[in-house]
Amino acid sequence: MQTHKAKRVEITIEKIMLSRLTAAIEKADVTGYSVLPVFGGSGKSGAWTREGSIGRGDGMVQVICIIRPDRLDTLLDAAFAVVERHIGVVSIVDCEVLRAELF
Amino acid sequence: MDIFSLTAETLVTPIVLSFVLGLFAALVRSDLSIPEAIAKGMSLYLLFAIGFKGGVSLADHGIDLTLGLTLLAGVILSALIPLIAYAILRVLSGLSALDAAAVAGHYGSISIVTFVAATSVLESQGIAYDGYMVAVAAAMEAPAILSALWLVTRSKGGGTMEPGLWREIMLNGSIVLLIGAFLIGMITGEEGLKEIAPLVIAPFKGVLCLFLLDMGIIAGRGLRKGRGVLDAGALAFGIIMPILGSLIGLGTAVLIGLPLGSALLLMVLSASASYIAVPAAMRVALPEANPSIYLTLSLGVTFPFNLVLGIPLYLALATAVIGG
Repeated sequence: MQTHKAKRVEITIEKIMLSRLTAAIEKADVTGYSVLPVFGGSGKSGAWTREGSIGRGDGMVQVICIIRPDRLDTLLDAAFAVVERHIGVVSIVDCEVLRAELF
Repeated sequence: MDIFSLTAETLVTPIVLSFVLGLFAALVRSDLSIPEAIAKGMSLYLLFAIGFKGGVSLADHGIDLTLGLTLLAGVILSALIPLIAYAILRVLSGLSALDAAAVAGHYGSISIVTFVAATSVLESQGIAYDGYMVAVAAAMEAPAILSALWLVTRSKGGGTMEPGLWREIMLNGSIVLLIGAFLIGMITGEEGLKEIAPLVIAPFKGVLCLFLLDMGIIAGRGLRKGRGVLDAGALAFGIIMPILGSLIGLGTAVLIGLPLGSALLLMVLSASASYIAVPAAMRVALPEANPSIYLTLSLGVTFPFNLVLGIPLYLALATAVIGG
């Protein structure tokens, strides 16, 4: 089956920053993304879990965008402007998609 | 009643003991936990119930000058307490200006759970309080955040108050629910209360116990994680600041002429530290500030202190100054 090269960008960010991040990437004309909850983890500040969390600022989410390779820099510029000062991880993975026209 | 018997009486209640159980469970690393959705559901219930009952109480007693003065005093206290907290922190602890300002912002704002626990103590002691204190609690949430950002801008710059953040603070779900339920209670009055009393009155203390069990777990986890983050001066601040805040609240209550119950609530609001609204605002506006420091202090040190020892202490002080 014919496949097409694409980039999968995974941005793990504090939940409180989610609306700012999605607004920024939509402004950069990246309208396709998925948001996943992060149940817990561990980082520089130690382990954490979503259980019992009460604050609006608690927790992390992951935003996943799959885009054409030529759109990568536009997306990263927009995302980095939001996440630069915040806790989080941005990673980029090469992937392949079946329907290139969707990305 | 003297302070020791009052403390003993308020300590041996299901509410405080539930909190202690949660704290114990977290400190001994038990896997006891309350699912996130249930914790959020209980917090929505408590906010609705306390807001509604406050509105009904205001409908009964009417609006007067004292209400306006208390609201104004609450806003001023919320804006001024961070400045005092910041000065004390800079003297007592080795925290950076940025971390000290972020912590200070938490102490100007309020803990609605401590407020609810104080109303529960007042009810068990048969002491009346004004329903509009719920509105004062809501009014005291935000000004402290502005003061914290001003402190940062003044010391080194970096604090930003974007328009979206201001809207989020003023219209965050807790505030909207608290004020909304307050207005519903005020509009529908005693008749409305009769209709939903089985929901907002009967289960209230039981739900509060479970919620405080969860808060105990969170406070215990915070203390465990925060070990090593706070120096002795910062830890001392976590106890000194609520006592000082309560005295400022008491002085203000005397100036306004508040009765005992409302005076205690103003003291508790001035003594408590935020762990919901302000941490969220700080993560957006001051992401470089260390959340382990401000969360451990407000949730791991000051919240347990206020709940277990502070409220009876403040009630004894208020009774001595204002009279029962």
